Amino acid sequence: MTLAERAYLPAIFQGLSITMRHFFMKKATIRYPEETRPFSPIFRGLHVLKRDEQGRERCTACGLCAVACPAEAITMVAGERKKGEEGLYREEKYAVSYEINMLRCIFCGLCEEACPKAAVYLQPDKMAPPRFERDEFIYGKDRLVEPVDPDARSGRGIQLTPEQAEALRNKMNQQPVAAR
Amino acid sequence: MEIPVLGWQAIVILVVFGVSLLIATYSTYAERVVAAFLQDRVGPDRAGPYGLLQPLADAVKMFTKEEFFPGGANRALFVFGPCLAMTTALMSSAVIPFGNILQFGSNVFFLQGIEVNIGMLWVFGVVSLGVYGIMIGGWASNNKFSLLGAIRAASQNISYELAMGLSLIAVLMISGTLSLREITLQQSVAGEWHFWNIVKQPLGFIIFLVCAFAETNRTPFDLPECETELVGGYHTEYSSMKLGLFLFAEYVNIFVASAVMSVIYFGGFNFPFQYELRDWLVAHQDWSLLAAQNLITILGTLLLFGKIFFFIFFFMWVRWTLPRFRYDQLMRLGWTILIPLSMVNILITGGLILAGVIK
Repeated sequence: MTLAERAYLPAIFQGLSITMRHFFMKKATIRYPEETRPFSPIFRGLHVLKRDEQGRERCTACGLCAVACPAEAITMVAGERKKGEEGLYREEKYAVSYEINMLRCIFCGLCEEACPKAAVYLQPDKMAPPRFERDEFIYGKDRLVEPVDPDARSGRGIQLTPEQAEALRNKMNQQPVAAR
Repeated sequence: MEIPVLGWQAIVILVVFGVSLLIATYSTYAERVVAAFLQDRVGPDRAGPYGLLQPLADAVKMFTKEEFFPGGANRALFVFGPCLAMTTALMSSAVIPFGNILQFGSNVFFLQGIEVNIGMLWVFGVVSLGVYGIMIGGWASNNKFSLLGAIRAASQNISYELAMGLSLIAVLMISGTLSLREITLQQSVAGEWHFWNIVKQPLGFIIFLVCAFAETNRTPFDLPECETELVGGYHTEYSSMKLGLFLFAEYVNIFVASAVMSVIYFGGFNFPFQYELRDWLVAHQDWSLLAAQNLITILGTLLLFGKIFFFIFFFMWVRWTLPRFRYDQLMRLGWTILIPLSMVNILITGGLILAGVIK
């Protein structure tokens, strides 16, 4: 080594200049609670069961999502649509109960791909929120179905009788307290 | 109004202690901010505006942690160790001249704890006592890692103290006095332009700087607390405020080392064109000579603190730049390079004094 190298000092000053440059550099930090980073365009988050353009549930309880699910997180019970419920369910068969176990779900999106009715859908902007109890991770229809205002009556779309609106309102209000 | 000399000095000493502690407190905050900035992070910014209450939060944490005494430890010495470290760190700040003279009427106040003509010796004596705190703390823990860390700290401090003393002897040859106040005043005399000692002693300053890093156990010489080899080093077994005292003493030591460096090599409370400023104030602004002189003193004190803050920053800057030495490299640097180099520095200084180049 040359004398300059053995004296260390030039190398030390070089290192000091490098760190000093970093002192004034723009910080990479995102101050999380105040600032959030945009999600990736291919992000798959919390599931939602979509309604169609008339406000009716799209899901026909065919079970393809449950079959496609590699983690076996989806269970459902199918039922027949009664007369007068045409404004609630799109097909004659519908899901009486539809549950996704978020502890098992790996957010692979295969259910979304398997669904022939474009009903189940992984939101690109919403995470599954953290919970304290295990049973709070089982999401039923109360938390999965896209909410709709029971009193909404658009001209071309949803037509609910007052009784149906009441039933729907009760259903939506029946969410377990801890789930909020 | 007659203030007894001792009363005034007592106030100054208390203020100096308080300022030392305050600066040490905020050094812990500054260390985290500097570390974060040098690594492109943000640093503490949650406790209070800009995270300024972070030291307070740290203190609350330290005070509320469990007091732990390891089995087989010597309890009295275990408590005495951090106390000694803290006491010696604070004591050495008493002789540092933080400013020139403030004069009100016939009352003259020295902005210095104790003006003694052995100031430099006092600093050295007290600093060398500081290693007892570490040594006792490490030994009383009854832990082999702590003892190893303490032994490392002791041998490192002793070997670097030699080079430090020798590098200062060259300064003392120029100044001819041990009084820190005298050394400061010699670095600027009214009417003629005197350079700071750094110009006369560049090599001596570098040696002193390296030794100051080793004396305060800062990176790249922080072998006593090398966590990969020794867990936490000499303070492995310490918890709560006793650990806090050890860490705090390190920051007080950094403050004192920065102050000593500023005073000895960087002109202390002197600043360029101070006499020109005073004369201009008196001549053109109708200030009385006393008021102008007091203003110069206050400005000088502020600038001295500026120099001190720069050195504290420098300590942190180096810490987050350089990796630590291996222990044998550290010892070789101390004994085979720095000590001979400081002796050569003494010879060169003596030669230059004889030749009349510097005085």
